[in-house]
Amino acid sequence: MHGHHFPEPGDGPASGLLGQVEAAEAALRAAAERGRPGAPDGAAGDTDPQEYFTALIEADQKIEPRDWMPDAYRRTLIRQIAQHAHSEIIGMQPEGNWITRAPSLKRKAILLAKVQDEAGHGLYLYAAAETLGVSRDELVELLLAGRQKYSSIFNYPTLTWADVGAIGWLVDGAAIVNQVPLCRCSYGPYARAMIRICKEESFHQRQGYEILYTLAHGTPAQREMAQDAVNRWWYPSLAMFGPPDRDSTHSEQSMAWKIKRFSNDELRQRFVDMCVPQAEILGLRIPDPELRWNPERQSYDFTPPDYAELMRVISGDGPCNRQRMARRRRAHAEGAWVREAAAAYAAKRAARATAPTEVAA
Amino acid sequence: MSDDPRTRTGGGAPAKTADRSGWPLWEVFVRPRRGLAHHHVGSLHAPDAELALRNARDLYTRRQEGVSIWVVPAAAITASSPDEKDAFFAPAADKVYRHPTFYEVPEGAAHL
Repeated sequence: MHGHHFPEPGDGPASGLLGQVEAAEAALRAAAERGRPGAPDGAAGDTDPQEYFTALIEADQKIEPRDWMPDAYRRTLIRQIAQHAHSEIIGMQPEGNWITRAPSLKRKAILLAKVQDEAGHGLYLYAAAETLGVSRDELVELLLAGRQKYSSIFNYPTLTWADVGAIGWLVDGAAIVNQVPLCRCSYGPYARAMIRICKEESFHQRQGYEILYTLAHGTPAQREMAQDAVNRWWYPSLAMFGPPDRDSTHSEQSMAWKIKRFSNDELRQRFVDMCVPQAEILGLRIPDPELRWNPERQSYDFTPPDYAELMRVISGDGPCNRQRMARRRRAHAEGAWVREAAAAYAAKRAARATAPTEVAA
Repeated sequence: MSDDPRTRTGGGAPAKTADRSGWPLWEVFVRPRRGLAHHHVGSLHAPDAELALRNARDLYTRRQEGVSIWVVPAAAITASSPDEKDAFFAPAADKVYRHPTFYEVPEGAAHL
């Protein structure tokens, strides 16, 4: 990727993560410079495709769409990238909920830009998924039929303006911790999409952090609203990293294939360690009485989220699952005539462009 | 950058496309502000070239990433096949005389 080097404030809460994104991008370029493994004359044609695939992964090279890949690798990527794309699209709803009620014009413009980014992220990810031989339409149908999932976090309601801040700080923060390692994913199109997305996500995270900081240093009522939002979003955000390692079905194989680089629990710990000092600067409390520094582990001990609740939400029984799906289905159904009109108009113009011009007698 | 299965190949396996929407796929190329060439940045679905261009602007240049956009129907692109890349690109290796460094310049000949 190229051409999205945003000016760096450098000391923001995500600067360390942005640095990692830059490093991943440099590694991606370096791998391309090194060229692929194989005989000096580039003769990879005679090797067993499975062996060559493994050699590419070992050498930290990217698998590209037309390379041979195991069916299970293709399937797992389609599942993961589609779920990721669906999450961006459904994720527009909880925040879209506050666009008309944002407390100032500046905040409203920022929120609009953020939701626009999320649509863009969904599109980059659908495009990456399509390189694996599925169409976006198929994936959208699977989502609408409830056969593919999206992130559990978007099934929680946004009850106050402060929730928009908590989503930016905690939800987008968790997403970044989860997604920065994906910038080094072995599948090229996914890695490149993630590099672009992570840079934009860090704007979202800082924007949320600023909202909470403003509220936490405002009137007592604003402060209370900010604390209440953090109280409600903390545990669902911890659950975003998925089930604990002992119950995670896809982790081991995904890590061997270098799709994932770290386990769910490792990333969750990283997120907690990142949030504690950020919460101190905000002047807000993380709602966990067990949270304390563990000098032996050089990490914070914390209460894990309620995994039974996570499973309930994933299986469709969270606070907003039905509403989120109903809205998406309705938008799809009610937009059908518009999509058809656009296709018909394009077909008409294409026919005119190729029609023989009539010569007057 | 990415050899895409959605494009027809000059041999090897036929491309797998499963588009049932009537909205074709477009590949997007952007030339950065100080860049010399258009780079492939991604793809999108759109009913026609005009909308593809407008959506590409919204999708791939929200942060001033570029000053020029090309959109090309994915179906119009033919890609080389990875299976035959050795045979396809091999002739480059044994023609060293194509490089200027192959030739010795006699002592004293300037501006060569």
